[in-house]
Amino acid sequence: MGDVSIFLQHMTNGVSLGSLYALIAIGYTMVYGILRLINFAHGDIFMLGVYLTYYGVTYTSLPWWLVFLLAPLLTGIIGILLERVAYKPLRGSARITILISAIGASFLLQNLGIVIFGGRPRAFPVPQMLNHVVRVGGVSINFVTFIIPAVTILLLLGLTYFTTKTKTGLAMRALSKDYETASLMGIDINRIISITFFMGSFLAAIGGILWGSRYPQLMPLMGSMPGLKSFIAAVVGGIGNITGAVIGGFILGLGEIMLVAFLPRLSGYRDAFAFVLLIIILLVKPSGLMGDKVTEKV
Amino acid sequence: MLRIENLVMRFGGVVACNDFSAEIKKGQIVGLIGPNGAGKTTIFNVVTGVYKPTSGQILFNPTGDQQHRLTGLSPDKIAQLGVCRTFQNIRLFGELTVLENVFIGNHLRVKSDVFSTVLRLPHYAAEEKRMYEKSLYLLEKIGLQDTRNEKATSLPYGMQRRLEIARALATDPKLLLLDEPAAGMNPQETQDLIQFIREIKEEFDLTIFLIEHHMDVIMEISEKIYVLDHGILIAEGNPSEIQQNQKVVEAYLGVG
Repeated sequence: MGDVSIFLQHMTNGVSLGSLYALIAIGYTMVYGILRLINFAHGDIFMLGVYLTYYGVTYTSLPWWLVFLLAPLLTGIIGILLERVAYKPLRGSARITILISAIGASFLLQNLGIVIFGGRPRAFPVPQMLNHVVRVGGVSINFVTFIIPAVTILLLLGLTYFTTKTKTGLAMRALSKDYETASLMGIDINRIISITFFMGSFLAAIGGILWGSRYPQLMPLMGSMPGLKSFIAAVVGGIGNITGAVIGGFILGLGEIMLVAFLPRLSGYRDAFAFVLLIIILLVKPSGLMGDKVTEKV
Repeated sequence: MLRIENLVMRFGGVVACNDFSAEIKKGQIVGLIGPNGAGKTTIFNVVTGVYKPTSGQILFNPTGDQQHRLTGLSPDKIAQLGVCRTFQNIRLFGELTVLENVFIGNHLRVKSDVFSTVLRLPHYAAEEKRMYEKSLYLLEKIGLQDTRNEKATSLPYGMQRRLEIARALATDPKLLLLDEPAAGMNPQETQDLIQFIREIKEEFDLTIFLIEHHMDVIMEISEKIYVLDHGILIAEGNPSEIQQNQKVVEAYLGVG
């Protein structure tokens, strides 16, 4: 009995962490699908989302749930601005140039974060409702652990509906296959790219809020590790593929938690797990679990 | 319908198109021919906004009251004005279904914004229904209504070419640019294609600008032909004038 409930507790934790990775990984994969760019600043967008929420809850009189909605919207707009400033002027240049710009944007956001928010860690204002501890069987689980997968599933359903059923979603899929033809068919690529960045950043901010509710410590550099791991999740799943990103996120989240749970001696290698997984997938199936086969045009 | 004035397109030291001028009147079928590498597709790319010309300008509706300068506009704006094209090497959205490919073409004629799409407002639903019916109609026109849910790449070659034309038609073009529509077709398919082009021209009130290597196609349907060689216009005129033009014969066969 005890073993089963402890296993379930680890499962819940793993699924919950996996959901967070999945939410962030979607942003990487969507941007890659359209621009063939690894948006290294994505983890820092996630960080901005958390800080915006922190300031919204702490310094305004708005109710927390409204802030939880407004902050991701604002983060989405920051995502659009990031693309306009750092990537759009370089469109058409070599891919490596834009990649370097992405790394630069990442450092800029991190350091701006240190200057503006300060380097001292802050406590995320977790709403009472989410902080509540539920006892199931013999284990006590934080309510937010349940909320995280539920919110993730809802957002994923919405996203799937959007990409398959709406004309903007269809345009997005067309654009990811052939940029030039899509624009010749009258699709405004700038608009679609902006929407992509908005959605990716919006999801990252939601991920950030949930992250903050679970690990309530804020730092300007907090985006880099979850960002890297979610990037790995996207690669493991097959970058450019949304379903793949979600699967990758869950593999990573569950794997990490299970490693710590069942091999406690290796718990110091928790972060290394993601990187080992990355190396293995790159050796065995570089296109990722759900990735398209890469065929060279001749 | 379209006027090209003194178009020059340079890529570094290579002059792909030098001082090209042309005029296409409403309702005409105009051909553009020339040996390989003569710069024909370059001209299409400039007209549709893929390339920005080094100099010269292109006017859409030059005589009408809604005159537009195409040079400097982005490809999607040009498509919105009613200029659409097909490609020499087929460029369908391979992962999308046959129906979705045509649906994409409808994209720019839809007024609904993201909110009404997501919220399924009534006018969006009506518009979507209309788009769906129009796409089906176009598919029926090219005989692909039964394969609408298959991936575009699974179609046979000749059908993919027709699907490209249907996708272009879905954008409601006034001017349709066809880049080697008969490439790789056998004589029977070519005859069908000629018939098909005539049909859609009548039905959709089109003006057509066409690149083609099959001389029988060009000579049969064009009212006017421009001949390019090494980026330079060497002849223009009706089919019989072109067939007798000494320079054209030399360009194709080499100087004896």
